[in-house]
Amino acid sequence: MSLLEVRGLTTAFRTERGEINAVEDITFDIDEGEILGIVGESGSGKSVTALTIMGLLPQPPARVAAGSVRFRGETLTGMSEPRLERIRGSGISMVFQEPMTSLNPVFTIGEQIMETVRAHEKATPRELRDRAVEMLDKVGIPSAAKRLGDYPHQLSGGQRQRVMLAIALACRPKLLIADEPTTALDVTIQAQVLDLLMDLRDEFGMAVMIITHNMGVIAETADRVLVMYAGRIVEQAPVVRLFERPEHPYTRGLLECVPTLEQDTERLAAIPGSLPEPGRRPPGCRFAPRCRWRIDACRTGLPPLVEQEPGHASACIRAAEIAAQIGAA
Amino acid sequence: MSGAQPAPLLKLEGLTKHFAVQSGGFFRRHVTALRAVDGVDLEIQAGETLGLVGESGCGKSTLGRMIIRLIEPTAGSIVFDGVDITRLDMQALREHRRGMQIVFQDPFGALNPRMTVEDIIMEPLLIHGARHDDAARKRVDEMLGLVGLPLRARSRFPHEFSGGQRQRVGIARALVLNPRFLVCDEPVSALDVSVQAQIVNLLQDLQRDLGLTYLFIAHDLSVVKHISDRVAVMYLGRVVEIADKRAIYAAPRHPYTQALIAAVPVLKPRERGRGRRVRITGDIPSALNPPSGCRFHTRCPYVMPVCRTDEPKLAPTDAGHLVACHLMDNQESNKG
Ligand SMILES: Nc1ncnc2c1ncn2[C@@H]1O[C@H](COP(=O)(O)OP(=O)(O)OP(=O)(O)O)[C@@H](O)[C@H]1O
Ligand SMILES: Nc1ncnc2c1ncn2[C@@H]1O[C@H](COP(=O)(O)OP(=O)(O)OP(=O)(O)O)[C@@H](O)[C@H]1O
Ligand SMILES: [Mg+2]
Ligand SMILES: [Mg+2]
Repeated sequence: MSLLEVRGLTTAFRTERGEINAVEDITFDIDEGEILGIVGESGSGKSVTALTIMGLLPQPPARVAAGSVRFRGETLTGMSEPRLERIRGSGISMVFQEPMTSLNPVFTIGEQIMETVRAHEKATPRELRDRAVEMLDKVGIPSAAKRLGDYPHQLSGGQRQRVMLAIALACRPKLLIADEPTTALDVTIQAQVLDLLMDLRDEFGMAVMIITHNMGVIAETADRVLVMYAGRIVEQAPVVRLFERPEHPYTRGLLECVPTLEQDTERLAAIPGSLPEPGRRPPGCRFAPRCRWRIDACRTGLPPLVEQEPGHASACIRAAEIAAQIGAA
Repeated sequence: MSGAQPAPLLKLEGLTKHFAVQSGGFFRRHVTALRAVDGVDLEIQAGETLGLVGESGCGKSTLGRMIIRLIEPTAGSIVFDGVDITRLDMQALREHRRGMQIVFQDPFGALNPRMTVEDIIMEPLLIHGARHDDAARKRVDEMLGLVGLPLRARSRFPHEFSGGQRQRVGIARALVLNPRFLVCDEPVSALDVSVQAQIVNLLQDLQRDLGLTYLFIAHDLSVVKHISDRVAVMYLGRVVEIADKRAIYAAPRHPYTQALIAAVPVLKPRERGRGRRVRITGDIPSALNPPSGCRFHTRCPYVMPVCRTDEPKLAPTDAGHLVACHLMDNQESNKG
């Protein structure tokens, strides 16, 4: 049994244009102590996946149309709110995409950390305070004891993100879901936050699901990777394998279109077109209109996620053929 | 790159912008100078791309906007194509502004949602006295073709387009007056990575075909390296290093540049953590109260006593490689 088991998860939203599936048929596991990276472009369904796992999407307009989420053997989908509330924070906790909107501006950061602990554990005021200082210290806020009384607006963007982490980690969760934890940060601060995540995993054996659109962040942190496109998983592989032998044309495209500091390229390999909106998805493979490998068959049915090698799956009907051709070249 | 350099297309000397901001508590309010840009000297040659990088708030956008006179400088001078445009009045400035345009980061916010693509692209022409006639419409057609949008896009509105297409509209608008110089302020930062490459390629094609000169501002060091000829690194309102892009990435001299480069994630999971040796700690200090001496000294792993008191000058180390760091003084004296 894995720590988290997601099976066939489909989340739909009610919109003016009818019900649309924001994410579809999402299946994956996270093991204890594992860092799973989820990468995909804006609108591909990363946040909806995370929020569905946490049971945090307002229903309606959202609806879990199919599938299930199990955490340590307990089914979360359909669980009552009070029971879910107990799991959030102490079992699974989440760092949200927008640091400023998710810290409460009228409470000090110390109060916000202590409140999280109080909601899940019995502790004396003294213990609460000690825990808050410990967590701020752990996430690298200098002179933590003095900063307990600071309000969010007194902190820089990077510090706020680290306070969010301190709150998320205060109850020592088994799984941390970090949704774009570094997107708003400068590279130097991003590097600090990523180092911190890795250190915390090593220290507490916590599992991490890290969501990003940045392939570099994935390369630096993840053990295993899911690539999402237009609401579906298109490829899943251990990190080294994904970077060295990507199978899906979209994954290849993503890796080729970002310039790197190491190499000089005259011209970037752009992917033509752009991600389709949920209401305007093409029939068949959703990447087909932008894919240089497409054939007529790509337009007819959704390609299933097929495991080519143990642990490495991709949803492309030409995956084996493409791999052979590129391997031979 | 040898012999006498031709006169630069753009030359900045001591360019400075101090914003007056309210600070202090409720009862003891006072106005302080926020040193957004603090004495920048730069030259940009015709036809080149100068990349400008640095952390959020270091003054990149303020510098870019001062150059095209959207923001009035506090001090210093801007010489464009041999003419000092720093204190030209609006009338005289208008003619020169034709030659310099800007492309913004946010393709969503930068375009008026109630205007059609045709109106958006044509507007600068009309502002500069053209009439809304066939010639102007023909020019719009040309621009659409140039940036790779279909002609039928002309009667549509910005919200009907994806981010990348909107950025194409923004570029068409910036180019309609035939400028020689373009400030690109984070033109691809808001775009999906798969679309970023399309716009970067477009900007490079346009530069080649139209002989444009770019100041390319971005956070993403990899994109900057890709598109630039030379790169300038800013920290808290000052330029700390400038060099040919290969030199600055292969052999960065300033400890801040070294840290910036080390912090860029590498796309090779087998080499992960490579940059950990040269991490800098802490956050960028406030521009309201920049550190004394070298502004980087509070975060610098090699800080020396002199760094706390004396501000280092931007000085050449190798040909065309300028660095503002006291470690370079030592190297000079060690050599001598
Ligand atoms: N409340 C909602 N109502 C309707 N559609 C929604 C809602 N929330 C999300 N969606 C749609 O679901 C899809 C997936 O959105 P999601 O926020 O998961 O994307 P993401 O991968 O996290 O993107 P980003 O990188 O921009 O954060 C999008 O097309 C979005 O428009
Ligand atoms: N109109 C203004 N009034 C007061 N302060 C300003 C104003 N515009 C910018 N600033 C300040 O000037 C400094 C430089 O800002 P600027 O926008 O130039 O930075 P930047 O390098 O472009 O940052 P980013 O990477 O976040 O775009 C910042 O401290 C900013 O808060
Ligand atoms: Mg998201
Ligand atoms: Mg800016």
